[in-house]
Formats: sequence, structure tokens, C-alpha cells
Amino acid sequence: MTEDKKASTPLLDELETGPWPSFVKEMKKEAFRPMTRDALAQLERSYEEHISHWKHGGLVGVMGYGGGVIGRYSDLADEFPAVAEFHTHRVNQPSAWFYTTDALRTLCDIWDKHGSGLTNMHGSTGDIVFLGSTTEAIEPLFADLTKAGWDLGGSGSNMRTPSCCVGPARCEWACYDTLDACYNITQHFQDELHRPFFPYKYKFKFAGCPNDCVASIARSDCSVIGVWKDDIQVDQGKVAEYNNNGTDVQTEVCDLCPTRCMAWDGKSLDIDNSNCVKCMHCINLMPKALKPGKERGATILIGSKAPIVGGALLSSVFVPFLEMDPESDYEDLKELTEAIWDLWGEHGKARERTGEFIQRVGLSNFLEEIGLDPVPEMVMHPRTNPYIFFDDEIFEDAE
Amino acid sequence: MADERITDIGPPHFEQFLPDVIKKNYGKWDYHEIIKPGVMVHVGESGDKLFTVRAASPRLLAIESIRKFCDIADKYCDGHLRWTSRNNVEFLLADESKIEPLIKEVEEYGFPVGGLGSKLSNIVHTQGWVHCHSSASDASGVVKAVMDELFPYFTGEKDLPAKMRIAYACCLNMCGAVHCSDIAILGVHTRAPAINHDDLPKMCEIPTLVASCPTGAIRPATVDGKQSVEIVEEQCMYCGNCYTVCPACTINNAETDGISIWVGGKVSNSRIAPQFSKLAIPYIPNNPPRWPETVAAVKNIVEKYAENARKHERMAEWIDRIGWPKFFELIGQDFTKYHIDDFKHAGETFKRTAQLRH
Repeated sequence: MTEDKKASTPLLDELETGPWPSFVKEMKKEAFRPMTRDALAQLERSYEEHISHWKHGGLVGVMGYGGGVIGRYSDLADEFPAVAEFHTHRVNQPSAWFYTTDALRTLCDIWDKHGSGLTNMHGSTGDIVFLGSTTEAIEPLFADLTKAGWDLGGSGSNMRTPSCCVGPARCEWACYDTLDACYNITQHFQDELHRPFFPYKYKFKFAGCPNDCVASIARSDCSVIGVWKDDIQVDQGKVAEYNNNGTDVQTEVCDLCPTRCMAWDGKSLDIDNSNCVKCMHCINLMPKALKPGKERGATILIGSKAPIVGGALLSSVFVPFLEMDPESDYEDLKELTEAIWDLWGEHGKARERTGEFIQRVGLSNFLEEIGLDPVPEMVMHPRTNPYIFFDDEIFEDAE
Repeated sequence: MADERITDIGPPHFEQFLPDVIKKNYGKWDYHEIIKPGVMVHVGESGDKLFTVRAASPRLLAIESIRKFCDIADKYCDGHLRWTSRNNVEFLLADESKIEPLIKEVEEYGFPVGGLGSKLSNIVHTQGWVHCHSSASDASGVVKAVMDELFPYFTGEKDLPAKMRIAYACCLNMCGAVHCSDIAILGVHTRAPAINHDDLPKMCEIPTLVASCPTGAIRPATVDGKQSVEIVEEQCMYCGNCYTVCPACTINNAETDGISIWVGGKVSNSRIAPQFSKLAIPYIPNNPPRWPETVAAVKNIVEKYAENARKHERMAEWIDRIGWPKFFELIGQDFTKYHIDDFKHAGETFKRTAQLRH
């Protein structure tokens, strides 16, 4: 196939029509390269046969790193020799995926020189993904990337590339500086990012408010979700404006509040902030009139993951409110993280995520080991079964 | 002398990539408004305005396209752009008069502007047959076919009661938050892995392989005099974890791999808590290149939701209000034994009340 000028792809060609952008067109834009042409031809074969023709295995990477490059090989290398090796490179994205055109062009030039010309903007964890290079290209590509100021992201059993929402750069709801926190944590834990020595992966996602635009509660072992403690800031005049301009404040705002903590008398909105659970619904609906409070920080939740191996989990509350002052260098978050890593690193089984480990050993035991006191915010409700493991201290407390 | 090797530098600092209007108003935004589908304005306390034009991308992008985005951003945005967590590209403008010419140029290049608010956003998805070894289906092809059909919900031509998040993952590894989406399209394997007993002893560590199985279905065995494993097929739920640790346990099967559909998950905390998606349709066969059965199934669910849900109700809230029996009736799907959970904590999903709609 490599010798041919153009791959014949009648099935894939059908995905060039229609209004949504076509990945087939994208692949064809770079198919002047033998490698990309073979990738396209092999994909056509998958469409004919209803099966993938990639195989995994074979550790590849750059010297001194254990992650960042994922080995990918064709199982039809005789037919499609240019994709015999077609490795993935994860390049650590800048916080909140902001770029200048100069920076993007530099990345394009580097990838133009070394690989398939195909990218993902971005991968599921957040990295810039370069799809498809030979093994030989890995080191020279890395040298060009680092010379231009870029580094690889994570893969395997390490800290994965942290990511964050747009935060204070372009959102009035950001309760802490997600971009700075993401950058700080990424830089602080470079060793843990590049050199896998955990039982399995560990992900961070930084969301500026409970809308959670980076899905941190579903997709990260450590979910840092911005929140406030004091009263919602209200501009009563603007609430009335919304009410006069098509938003029914009673039915759309008050009646949909999960704790019914607000009342509207046609003139002003009265909020019982002590019973507000910071769900964001009212603020989302009336961004000109309502804003998060001024005493801001984040809730730290731990343990979410997709199904493999022991079933999907959402993160659960560890620290109800943590100040996220950039001046603090996020010392509390780092300390908590290191305590978790020490415990899980020592006792976690191979391919056991933090959330699964907590399920296995019990949240109470886990908290005790990392030195966090239990608080009622950590549970939906207290236990309902009476099989309690009592310690001797219960007698002391009773006295 | 060779250049010194550079490592552990991490990503470049984000500040150098921010446009001036963002640097000036960083952390001091007052409010935002959606002007029309795909276009919004953020207004700073200073009164400064930042306009954002959001265009769809197929996630898989050629560098030729990225360079074209750069040309457009140079022309209209002083060289600044960003991407969203759902693979959309966003052009950032200070000058309102440039919005329409920018949209025209981006759309002519093949990247439609839309999303935002109560619209359908881009489908986050995985690699599929394009670049993954364990995929039960392609990802990009299904996403393309579904979005071609649901396009009016992205452009705003058709209304939705609330925001709609669809996600696609090509196997149970779920390299995307499909497990918490309004609609999740999930590639599924449906048969136990085929073991290559010749390769297995050479390629895999048997204790690691045995330990990899979450249901204990893999046991050491001697096959034709070789150290290998056997699989208790009735215990296998096709997660593919064994295949990830041992390439000689092939989970992919062209005849039986397919797609399942899940509904009613979300990640935001607005109104109701974040939650997992639940099974709606257990299995649809793979039918490339356009997966018409899968597209029809997703479209049907979107239409039934759009017709019946109240304003601001996400999929989960709508189903919660009408009940699952009504949901299955509305989408015309039989409820089967596959819909009842039988993994850990399954009992928590049983209906433990007599509060039923008759």
C-alpha cells in the first residue's frame, strides 16, 4: 500500500459528506505522507472487517521517562508497512488550552517534521496528542519539543497530565485560579508525572465552580471543585430585569432550587444562604444578577474513575472547603496528595485506582491513615448497618 | 558538543498565551451572555468585552487545519485561540465587528459554529479503530454519523429543554466521561476473549493475567503441554482488562462486538447531584460506515426528550419525573434482563418502594 499514490477508501469516503466536520477529510489532508496514507488504508480495512487492526505492547519512550509515549503497532504490517510502528505522543497542554498562533505553528512544524501530521486537540485527559510516529522519531521529536519549551504528558501508572477549566481567564464564576493551580501542581510533581511508580494512574482536574466544566467529579482521582462559603452576591435590580425579560424567577429559579432556599415576592429575591448547597442553578440562569460569594476556595473530592476494573466511581468529599490562595503555593493540597500517594503507593494492588483502594480498605481506615478527621459532609448519610468495628477509645470517649 | 538534553520542564506557562483583554480582566469578569448559538460575550468589571466564537471540531485534526485556524486567528483575533474540554475550538475577539466575517470564514472551511447554553455540544470521544487496540467499534465514524443527524440541535435550529451532553467510548475503558453523560454511546464486547495458547506463555505473565480479572474467571491451566490459562466463560463480563495486560487474550470480535446506549448521567452539580448514565439499549450491531441503527436510536431518544421534558430539565431529571417504565415505553425499547444490574452494589438499584405509576 505504501507505494500507491492514494489509498482507495470507498467506505470512509461516505463519511466525508454531511454538515459535521469530517475526520476522514482531516486524515486525507495529511495523506500525502506514506504513513498517514497507510493509516487511512488500514482504517478502511477495519471498516470492511468490523475490527481494529492495531495491537498494543512493546514499551517505547524517551530516555529517562516512563510515560508520555504509547506504543502502537499495526497487525497488518506486511500490507501497511508505513504504520508498522505508529506511536502516540502526549504533549502536556498549557493550562485551559490557551494558545498563540506562534506557539501552535511551532508545534505543527515539529510534528510535520517527525510524524503523521495527525493530532487530537485534545486527548481525553487533556494532552495535545500527536498520533503516529516511528520508534526512531521519538527522541528527535522530544528534543525539538523541549527545545521549543514543551514537555511530554503522562501515561501508564503515574500522575497523569492535570487539566483545568477556563477559570478566571474567562469566567466570572471561578472560585479559585484553576490555571495557576493546574500549572503549579503539574510543575511541582514533574517526577511523578514522568516516572511511573504508582499502583495505577492518578488524575487531577481543576474546576472553578460546581458546574464542573472539566468533569472532574467523574474523571479524576483528585477533583478540585471551586466553591464559596458566604452569601451569594445579589443585584436585586438585575433580578427584576431578568423577571421582566422572559425569565420567570418563581418557576424557573425558586421552584427548581434543590433546597428551596429562595423566595421571590415580585420585587426582591430572598436567599437563605445557610441552606444553599452551591448548585449554581440560580447563578447559571441569571449571571448578571447573581454571583458566587466572596469567601472562595475549593472542595476536594477523591476517587472517581471509569469502570475498569472494579466498576465506575464518582469522587467523594474529603475536604469540604480548602482555601486555594496562590500565595500558599497550594501546600495543603500537596500535603494531602502526598499522604494519599504514600498510603496507596504502599498498599494498593497493581492496577487498583485510589477510589477502588478506598472501597477495599474502607473510608474510615483510609482517613485515619492519612490523618483526616471524619466529618458528616463526607457521606450521603451515616451507616445503616450495625456491624461496627469498635476500638478501645470508645470507652474513653464514653467516660 | 551536543546540546544538553532538556527534561522535566513541564508545560509552558499559560500567561504568555493569554490575549491582552484577558490579562487585564483576569479574575475580574462581571458577567457573560450568549449572543447566539456558538457566540458569547464576557464583560469585565472594567467594561471591557471579550467575544468568543465556538466552532466544532472532529477532535482528530490535521496540522493543515490547525495552521488554517492560526491564519484565521491572526486575521481576526490578534493571534489568540483556545480549545474547550469538549474539543471545540474557540476564537477570542476584542472587536465585535469581526465576528460575522470570522464565522463566515470558519464555516466555509468546514467547521460549523454552534453549541453553548441549551444546545447540543460536541461529542467527546475516544480513538476507536483509528488508533486503539481494544476498541469494540470505531469512534470517529459513529460520532460523525450521529452529529450529521443531530446537527440542528447544535446550530440552534432545533430547541432543547436544557443542555445536552453526548459522549462516546469505544470500549469499557471509557477514555472519556461517557459514564456521566445525558446520552452515552458505548462500544461493547460481548464474548469472552479468544486465547492464543502458543503466544501466551511467551508474551504474558500468568499470575498477573490471573489477577487482572475482576470476577476471577481466569485460571492457570496446562494446554497441549504449555503453561497457559483457561477462562470460565459464564463468569466473564467482557471488560477486556485481561487483554490490556496480555495481548494473547484477544477480546475484539468482528462478529459480536457492538454498541450500547446509556442515558441520564451528568457531571455538573446544578439542581441534582452528578450521576452515572444508566442502560437504555444493551446492544446494537456494528454497521459501518454510518451505523444507521445507532444513529436512529440516539436521535429517537433526543427527540423524545426534546418533546417531553420541561424547560431546564436534563435527561436525568426528565426520566426521574416520568419514571423508567414510561421512558422505555416512549423510546419503544423492551426492558430486558440485561437492564438489571448484577455487579457490585446491584441491590441498591432495585426498586425498594411501592411508589409506582400504574
